[in-house]
Amino acid sequence: MTTATPLMLASGIVKRFGALVANDSVDLAIGPGEVHALLGENGAGKSTLVKILYGLLQPDAGTLAWEGRTISLKSPAEARRLGIGMVFQHFSLFEALTVAENVALALDGTEPVSAVADRLVSVSEAYGLPLDPRREVWRLSVGERQRIEIVRCLMQNPRLLILDEPTSVLTPQETEGLFATLARIKAEGCAILYISHKLEEVRRICDRATILRHGKVVATCDPRQESAASLAQMMVGSKVMPTRHEPVLSDQAPFLRVQDLSLRSPDPHGTHLSGIDLEVRPGEITGIAGVAGNGQDELFAALSGEILAARAEVIILAGQPVGHGDINTRRKLGAAFVPEERLGHAAAPRLSLSDNALLAGHATNGFVRSGLVDKPGTLGWVDRVVAAFDVRKGPRDPAASALSGGNLQKFVVGRDILRNPRLLIVSQPTWGVDAGAAALIRQALVDLARSGAAVLVISQDLDELFEIADRMAVIFHGRLSPAQPTAGLAREAVGLLMGGSGFGPGEARARDAA
Amino acid sequence: MTMFEAILLTIITASTPLLIAAIGQLVVERSGVLNLGMEGMMIMGAACGFAAAILSGNSYIGVLAAIAAGMGMSMIFAVLTLGLAANQVASGLALSIFGLGLSGVIGAPFVGARRDTMARLDLPVLSDLPVIGKALFGQDPFVYASFALVIGVWWFLTRTKPGLILRACGESHASAHALGYPVLKIRLFAILFGGACAGLAGAYLSLVYTPFWSPGMTAGRGWIALAIVVFASWLPWRAMAGAYLFGGITILQLHAQGAGVKIPSQAMAALPYLVTIIALVIIMSRRGGQQSAPASLGVPFVPDR
Repeated sequence: MTTATPLMLASGIVKRFGALVANDSVDLAIGPGEVHALLGENGAGKSTLVKILYGLLQPDAGTLAWEGRTISLKSPAEARRLGIGMVFQHFSLFEALTVAENVALALDGTEPVSAVADRLVSVSEAYGLPLDPRREVWRLSVGERQRIEIVRCLMQNPRLLILDEPTSVLTPQETEGLFATLARIKAEGCAILYISHKLEEVRRICDRATILRHGKVVATCDPRQESAASLAQMMVGSKVMPTRHEPVLSDQAPFLRVQDLSLRSPDPHGTHLSGIDLEVRPGEITGIAGVAGNGQDELFAALSGEILAARAEVIILAGQPVGHGDINTRRKLGAAFVPEERLGHAAAPRLSLSDNALLAGHATNGFVRSGLVDKPGTLGWVDRVVAAFDVRKGPRDPAASALSGGNLQKFVVGRDILRNPRLLIVSQPTWGVDAGAAALIRQALVDLARSGAAVLVISQDLDELFEIADRMAVIFHGRLSPAQPTAGLAREAVGLLMGGSGFGPGEARARDAA
Repeated sequence: MTMFEAILLTIITASTPLLIAAIGQLVVERSGVLNLGMEGMMIMGAACGFAAAILSGNSYIGVLAAIAAGMGMSMIFAVLTLGLAANQVASGLALSIFGLGLSGVIGAPFVGARRDTMARLDLPVLSDLPVIGKALFGQDPFVYASFALVIGVWWFLTRTKPGLILRACGESHASAHALGYPVLKIRLFAILFGGACAGLAGAYLSLVYTPFWSPGMTAGRGWIALAIVVFASWLPWRAMAGAYLFGGITILQLHAQGAGVKIPSQAMAALPYLVTIIALVIIMSRRGGQQSAPASLGVPFVPDR
């Protein structure tokens, strides 16, 4: 740490939400021109802290000082006036508005949109982040959307740029591009607060790191002097057991076979599927990588039966054509499904865990006897899932929304794994889940495959797929690459596919044509 | 005055209250709020406007009272849906029912006074513009106000920063909040503007269109105004087209009845509503089910503090 006055100094920040203490006497010092990492698991209080730094939340106690001067940030506009810019994890963009309108909204003052558009073009070209100001945001890829957020921060000549998990939505190549841009921004003297849980990235680009756990600062260190393992240990508080997994290739006949699946997305901003071929074999985990919004949701809906295929033979499950069958038809053939959204899709938030177990298992688990619900039976099932997957909760049968993200995710994954399905299709199994829960879920998926089930994992987390998948395919603009054995597969090759190389021309994203 | 001019004049008077109410509702919905209380706010405007005009003897005071009544009604809605994050559909429906009842109470003493006041009330509004009025088919200030509203709202929404911010709140209140915009305050202003427009539209009904008070005299025009906003796919100029389409058909079917067209009068009277439904269906299917509604329409916003 240099002796210079920190650009931003937060001391003793406390923020409570009801009984939960999200930030507990947090101290953070960001030096001028420094790339400072804020590390921590989900729920450690990182997002709360940066919202306070950006004026979105007011701390219950503690002070902020900007260049040694005590300040209070009542609104993001005040933060922007000081020179603080923020790129949100879940983009704060307006889909139906144009790029220029989105940027104009983030600028203070009354500059007309046309003038903003001109300035936007010059700034975006200067930083090598090309953008068309007249395009509507919903037509843009995730990487382009992030570009908008970065450019609109840069247009305010920031002194401190806050980036909240910026690489979680990018391909490896896009990540490299982002790092080059950040290096440039840093060279111009702008400090960067970089929030991430990707430790290798942090070790590569950050000068200092502050590590949060359960709302408290547990360490401040130089990440370049630490190993990824030591950083992880500080984040989690204990050693994270790596998943036991040796890639295997099964020679059994595929349990799920998809042939030439094409589908129009019901969502006007969605991605249409075209000509998808896929085989999932017993004993293997097949992974589908891809940047968000490339047809993952539509593929999951088609496989689970939420959207029916045009022809029944397109999807063959256990030797039977099921393209016209609903989700219970497929469940009865031995398939199980865990969608991406745990609240609202995998589980009904206000229903109890036993009711949620009933919703997923009424066709297959024997919860319904002569038209009546077997309540003790479903409660017993909940107890088994809770015990097997270490779901932490208060009462015996709470509402799904009362569980934390990681515990609910363990519940919805466990609910279907314990059925011993012959096929499990799971989307984003560890999205927004703490490292301990993620490790448990990944191990359960591997164990399920080793016990002879076919497992399909759709994930945007490439590290996760390399950790557990035996074969991997990439989805891009609604098309799927052939699955290749993970052993010996280069990350760069997958990254190129995620960016669309190798898919051939003439297949513009369907929603562009619409 | 030719027959054509007479028909055109009546079409304009039939369309103007719809246009004023629809343009107000359009602004409300663009900010992400669905206020189904149009009918209640409108009839409160009609009742309070008429009562105030009679008591004061001045139609302009009546107009101001109508605007205040509409805004007061919309304030109730704002407290419920913004302050308490209540369900917007339920609150709006309650507001409509409440307004219909309360207007009956307020208007009750004035039901008998209609014949005497009709001529007296007619004068100040219409005679204020004798020269311009004659030149432009003898229109009243409300018609000009409705055109000014369309132009003003169009300019505000598409050309100004506050208009952009209002649209942003309707598209994604979470993002607007993250950028530091006061979503609830912006929606409050939009709701009050919608209430003022509804009150003004009500005043037009009781002070100009049929210058007397009768309970339930809005006769579903508030609901038609809501449909016009959807019909217009939330664009001001199309709202004008929708209002005049509906008003035009209302008048033309009256003339068709007068000309002795052999269709039951009840069926003819239902024609404007039928045409509105058909037009909505055609527009929605032409768009392939694609929504052009503000993405946050009807979703309550609760900032985390």
